[in-house]
Amino acid sequence: MTKTRRFRFGGEQVMFAYTWLIILWLVAPILIMIAFGFNNPHGRYNQTWQGFTFKWYSQVFEISDLTSALVTSLVIAVVSSVISGALGTGIGYALGRWRFRGSSTLNFIMFTTISSPELIMGISLLTLFVTLGAGLGATTITIAHVMFSVSFVATVVRARVVTLDRSIEEAASDLGAGPWTTFWKITFPIIMPAVMSGVLLAFVLSIDDFVVTNFTAGTTVTFPLWIWGATRVGLPPQVNVMGTLIFAAGLLIAVIANLRSRAKAKRD
Amino acid sequence: MNRVKRTLAPYLLVLPGGLWLLLFFVVPMVTMLSLSLQQGDVVNGYRFTGHWQNYVDAVTDYRTQMIRSLVYGLVTTVVLVVMSFPIAYWIAFYGGKRKSTYLFLLLLPFFVSFVLRTISWRQILTDDGMLLHPLKEAGLLSPGFHILGTSYAVIGGLVYNFLPFMVLPIYVALERIDSRVIEAAQDLYAVPATVFRKVVFPLALPGVFAGVLMTFVPASSDYVNSAVLGSSSTTMIGQVVQAQALANSNYPMASAISFTLMAVLLAGIFVYARLLGTEDVMKAAAR
Repeated sequence: MTKTRRFRFGGEQVMFAYTWLIILWLVAPILIMIAFGFNNPHGRYNQTWQGFTFKWYSQVFEISDLTSALVTSLVIAVVSSVISGALGTGIGYALGRWRFRGSSTLNFIMFTTISSPELIMGISLLTLFVTLGAGLGATTITIAHVMFSVSFVATVVRARVVTLDRSIEEAASDLGAGPWTTFWKITFPIIMPAVMSGVLLAFVLSIDDFVVTNFTAGTTVTFPLWIWGATRVGLPPQVNVMGTLIFAAGLLIAVIANLRSRAKAKRD
Repeated sequence: MNRVKRTLAPYLLVLPGGLWLLLFFVVPMVTMLSLSLQQGDVVNGYRFTGHWQNYVDAVTDYRTQMIRSLVYGLVTTVVLVVMSFPIAYWIAFYGGKRKSTYLFLLLLPFFVSFVLRTISWRQILTDDGMLLHPLKEAGLLSPGFHILGTSYAVIGGLVYNFLPFMVLPIYVALERIDSRVIEAAQDLYAVPATVFRKVVFPLALPGVFAGVLMTFVPASSDYVNSAVLGSSSTTMIGQVVQAQALANSNYPMASAISFTLMAVLLAGIFVYARLLGTEDVMKAAAR
């Protein structure tokens, strides 16, 4: 080794193999899920491999209540990620920019929401809605999703605001821009990527959520709730297909976002 | 005027989100505490009677499940620390240009619904499924062997589902280590094992603690894994709460159990926040 001395603890190859083994283990059930979307089961149980088919892809929306559960999930995810994006950006910007009275309390509440068990958040929201006599449904699910997403968005946005170069904003105000103009023309475009990744995170948290949704849904059925309800009678291959499509879409968005930020880093 | 506006700015920005957290996170904790001390049923309504009996019942009737959940959570966390450290270590020190790719691969499971992933494990582990059937055919396992329904299956599911929450904070802590500190140790003739024990590991500890917090809490209150992969002998406290709240509509009982669980877990969280601060968890969450 002629390079600068690096710290070597040894066992590099072993750790390399081990890391890949763990990654394989992490994706194994996903691969199984994808594979069984192409399975051609004869009975009700999609458990053993019985031949290859594309038919579930053409019949993916055949089960109407499954389709409407997916639509419900998507609508809730869009609405709650937009709301938590707006609210979280406000908190994240303020916390990153100023120290103010109550900021440490707010910080502590955010920390608690991030580290609280979902079970407790779900049951406590349920008691609130029961106490208020509010009917459970898509609205209460959305309220709950915004609640647990806001802190994540705020944390992501704050991390970006902290590293913001203040002199750019000062230059704008020196040139006569008011605080409002400065924010929208200068600051917001800079923190935009952080806001976007916060919104994406909120979207993923919402569409994937089971526990909190389970407690706040009432009779409304989301995609994870439908799957939960169908496990006892056996999952139809359509669920595998939808899972595969969501996975592929998520992967695609993540890869595009990554490539774009890389291209941007090169340009800068 | 402008000055007033400027001092108000942070409050105005924080207000909507802060109110949301107050109304739907802090207030519900209060209603849950209140309901846990009430009596009655769904039809006739609940009355606040300061009914401590709910807590007595919660502790006496569900002590087994409560202790089991804490034990499962603890075992999961210990297994996770041991499993995750080498991964985080390897990515942080040997990942090179591909660090973010490896982290991305570790986060891949999050693109598939938590429930769906767990059900997929049941499909893999089922008694005559793709994993056990060939092994039984080959005579490597006895025909009566099964994994599903055992505590191994439940803890395996918990480990699987929470692994990334342990790897990430440890990685963040290792990544932060200044390479000059390590070089200094080497200049002082520390052998690699000593460097690890005296420099790297102590500096990684905050990450390990953050990971413990981020996995122990959700794992011990989980009910999906034990419901999908377990049996009646692996029932966790989350399942009890879910059944009491959603099947029996016994909200006071569900609240009392939850509050007891939360008291135990929150005690841990408060001690953690006091001793170590909230920085590491927030940093890992920001990734």
